[in-house]
Amino acid sequence: MKNGLVRFGVVVFPGSNCDHDAYQVCKKLLGQDAVFLWHKEHSLQDADVVILPGGFSYGDYLRCGAIARFSPVMQEVTAFAADGGLVIGICNGFQILVEAGLLPGVLLRNDSLRFVCKHVHLRVENAFTPFTGDYAPGEVLTVPIAHGDGNYFVDDRTLRELEEQGRIVFRYCDPQGAVTPEANPNGSLANIAGIVNEAGNVLGMMPHPERASDPLLGHTDGRRLFDSLLNHVMSRVVPHGLGEGAQVHQR
Amino acid sequence: MNVKSVSVTHVWILERAAMVRSRIHITLRPSILDPQGKAVSHAIGTLGVAGVKSVRMGKYIEVTFDGGDVDAARAATEEICKKLLANPVMEDYRFDVENVG
Repeated sequence: MKNGLVRFGVVVFPGSNCDHDAYQVCKKLLGQDAVFLWHKEHSLQDADVVILPGGFSYGDYLRCGAIARFSPVMQEVTAFAADGGLVIGICNGFQILVEAGLLPGVLLRNDSLRFVCKHVHLRVENAFTPFTGDYAPGEVLTVPIAHGDGNYFVDDRTLRELEEQGRIVFRYCDPQGAVTPEANPNGSLANIAGIVNEAGNVLGMMPHPERASDPLLGHTDGRRLFDSLLNHVMSRVVPHGLGEGAQVHQR
Repeated sequence: MNVKSVSVTHVWILERAAMVRSRIHITLRPSILDPQGKAVSHAIGTLGVAGVKSVRMGKYIEVTFDGGDVDAARAATEEICKKLLANPVMEDYRFDVENVG
């Protein structure tokens, strides 16, 4: 943080195309500090939150996210995450996180074999993460998806762990919040749309909250994900004047 | 043709001879559904070819190494497959290595 503003770092890979959307939300809508982090950099520029945006990093060559994982900046992101730093991977960013081993599982080709671009409904399964604190448990959100490879898969044992530890953060559902096969846009196991790591500081999700934040775009349900992050970072900071020894909590 | 150009050609042939090539097959693990393979399987049915039980899609990759060390190339290929070319969550790999020239 600097001058009381939370700093969001948006990583830019060759082929990222939602980097500006994420930047705009943090900078213009939230009124916070935001910086672009070029993938060849070895510094996160003191970001409080790192965003891996959507897009087609390296043209999706080999597998989605497989090449981006080797970008220099990912070493810093991995160390940042291991240290408890907040990282969110959206769409291609989610694919990069699983390829980098920061989240379990893999994102396979959509079962329809089609690129799916539409609004979907998400149920908030865990409202007690740094990413979802401003949502109500079980709340149904409308957020767009746009991907060809969003079919989440993981082995049975890990799926049980995810379920038991409350690490499934969002599931695809119908408008009433029912998790049904019909509401599943890509074949994801257990309708999984987003998960967190064991420590809860790394979120990967296929839907695009940054595209549902600005009222101009019609939907604003994604905005509170960024508000949640903002409030979480703010809450770690002990305000001045709380007595001697008050200081900024380190991650 | 002068003497110099002849010797350059000679060196080029020697270097060209000293190469090893890995031929790598990446396949989806049996537990992973393969919608692409399924679509191709349906297309084969439409084509009118009978008797096809299933189709599984994969990748074929060639990696060529400098020098003639087959064992070193095999070890390097193993590492490349494990860390980059295949995702162990969903894919298996196999390869063979041979001298090419």
